[in-house]
Amino acid sequence: MTSVANSPVNMSLTPTKTTAAQPSKRTGPRASDSLPPSTLVRWLRDMFLIREFENRTAQAYQQAKIGGFCHLYTGQEATAVGTIAALNPDDPIVTAYRDHGHALARGMDPGACMAEMFGKATGCAKGKGGSMHMFDKPNWLFGGHGIVGAQTPLGTGLAFAAKYEVEVMKRGVDGGPAKKKVSLAYLGDGALNQGALHEAMNLAGLYGIPVIYIVENNGYSMGTSIDRGTTMSEDLRKKADAYGIRGEIIDGLDVIDLYDAFKPVVDWCRENQKPAFVDLKTYRYLGHSMSDPQKYRTKEEVDQYKAKDSIDRLAAHLMEDRKGADGKPVLTEQQFMDIQTEVKATVKAALDFAEASPIPDESELYTDVFVNPQPNLSPTCEYTHGAKNPLL
Amino acid sequence: MAAELMLPEMGLEPMGGGTAREIQFREALREAMSEEMRKDDRIFLMGEEVAQYNGAYKISQGMLDEFGPKRIIDSPISENGFAGLAVGAAMYGLRPIIEFMSWSFSLVAADQILNNVPKMLYMSGGQWGCPVVFRGNDGAGGQLGSTHSWCVEGLYSNVPGVKIAIPSNPYDAKGMLKTSIRDDDPVFFLESERMLGDKAHVPEREYTIPFGKAALRRQGDDCTVVSFGRPVNFCMDAADELKKEGINIDVLDMRTIRPLDIDSILDSVKKTGRIVVVDQCWPFASVASEVVTQVCERGFDYLDHQPLRVNTEDVPTPYAKNLEALYLPHKGKIMSAVKASLGRL
Repeated sequence: MTSVANSPVNMSLTPTKTTAAQPSKRTGPRASDSLPPSTLVRWLRDMFLIREFENRTAQAYQQAKIGGFCHLYTGQEATAVGTIAALNPDDPIVTAYRDHGHALARGMDPGACMAEMFGKATGCAKGKGGSMHMFDKPNWLFGGHGIVGAQTPLGTGLAFAAKYEVEVMKRGVDGGPAKKKVSLAYLGDGALNQGALHEAMNLAGLYGIPVIYIVENNGYSMGTSIDRGTTMSEDLRKKADAYGIRGEIIDGLDVIDLYDAFKPVVDWCRENQKPAFVDLKTYRYLGHSMSDPQKYRTKEEVDQYKAKDSIDRLAAHLMEDRKGADGKPVLTEQQFMDIQTEVKATVKAALDFAEASPIPDESELYTDVFVNPQPNLSPTCEYTHGAKNPLL
Repeated sequence: MAAELMLPEMGLEPMGGGTAREIQFREALREAMSEEMRKDDRIFLMGEEVAQYNGAYKISQGMLDEFGPKRIIDSPISENGFAGLAVGAAMYGLRPIIEFMSWSFSLVAADQILNNVPKMLYMSGGQWGCPVVFRGNDGAGGQLGSTHSWCVEGLYSNVPGVKIAIPSNPYDAKGMLKTSIRDDDPVFFLESERMLGDKAHVPEREYTIPFGKAALRRQGDDCTVVSFGRPVNFCMDAADELKKEGINIDVLDMRTIRPLDIDSILDSVKKTGRIVVVDQCWPFASVASEVVTQVCERGFDYLDHQPLRVNTEDVPTPYAKNLEALYLPHKGKIMSAVKASLGRL
């Protein structure tokens, strides 16, 4: 069990002090230049929401309110927030089992997310999915998936379908207009070695499917460091080259740098309806799951990354470097404190909601197995239609 | 629910005013797909050699010409990849038909078709189903050896969340494939390479065959013989032979394994008191075991003899022609089992 007392989930945020390394300097126009300050403040809020949400998730797990496997996103907040910020709201995404961050960044109600982990009827999957299976149809999140790499062909299929709308149907499957879309298929660096990813990338390269494979490269597949698990770890773009796919390496610790580098990739994929592969370098502060003693890395290494914390960096940027039209920083310390207060209240409300929500009715055991249930599908039970999903 | 009586001398269905057109099993499959694709542009066909090659078994012959390369799509040999692509496309709102050249090859896509396809609706709390039809050749025959001769229905029917259809003749093949394509749930549709050239009357008019309703292929009071897919034909041969010896049997063609029309089986067993299940899978934890279990659970008191089963022999599929013939269920084994159940051996 990960020790909460020694883990960075309790790390105090000191917005005016940062030892963060400076983002890489770029020349020329940057995608983020045109964004209003309110958008950047929103990113800060969303990243802090994920951090706070995971802090409370860890506590709830240790109180045995949450069961099963639970993989926290702490440290990687910038990757979900920065990549999703580059999308349209109706671009589909799919991810693996470390999925709370993507769900929250995509706009899932934190109450539905927490209630899912509590195994409650009000959860995003009615308590049938758990931590690894966050699905949000209204927000085009096609799941959290548990088998390493298995979500990558799905992300390919999502983009295939969107391109099929444009090229074959000339309309959306919902009857609306067809649009050029991009799908994001997130994976961890452990999935680099799964056949599913390689088959998916070959199909995407072959057919020209506008999917972006995002390797959230935190350096470890569970306890195996990347160089012990995959070839060419020093330049993963070579793997994309093998399938004729555009490859990029992006720093995932600074959300503005990330966005500046990633947004042009999204725009290119959308315009050209072609795939891409991104090695997004990030770091997880906590163990692989809640039961990881982390013997495979040093505290110094973890501290080195915490010193570059993405939330601290963005907060410092908004309070010091980023100036509004009036020449003043776009965020005051008080405003940041207000954001933290609001987020803490939001997460507390999510916990209270999850706690107070009912467990699933026992009849729900036999629902959502078939869309079109009929007699004699099972020798021991009859399948029925279940309660409406709370997100729909 | 009584099984529909469909005697072959009636052309498998009442003839009505229709023409007595006869087509091959493979053409029946093609017609089902093409007719549905003309009506619904969300449907596409993907698989190895389905387009330019016109189908490894010529099932999709001519479909590329009619529907073009964006709907009839050649895939590389990459089952896990394209099965997973279909899952994503189906969740998004399309209606993929995926052709496995052989269901034996579906094993390399097992994670997608067993872990994702049947469970998506459940683990998303009802948000997304997975309406894909996976279809292809299933079962042994033709000296294809151990790895190309899998019968997957025993293994795959263990997993809740998919419907499994397995037609025995061209008429059913067309009607059941249309039902499969229209169903909002995933369907595994199991064909047999050994039957693709079989010809039978298939009307040109529109029809579908509902899932979960067995067909009574032969009628008799002495014993109930239950089967599905290609072995149904062996059962009918056995019935004809047994009739000459004065033994009359019900032959029930289940058509779908999930759902399984247990009601029709029980109706027949009530009458005969005996049951033989003929199944081209291995015996251990097979569809035959499942049928026998359900009959024992729900119809034990009707039985005058313990249920018997005829499966393939419990060994890997051999290559040598004589050994393969010995391995498969056949007329002789079925006749012996029926006689054993009647105490006439």
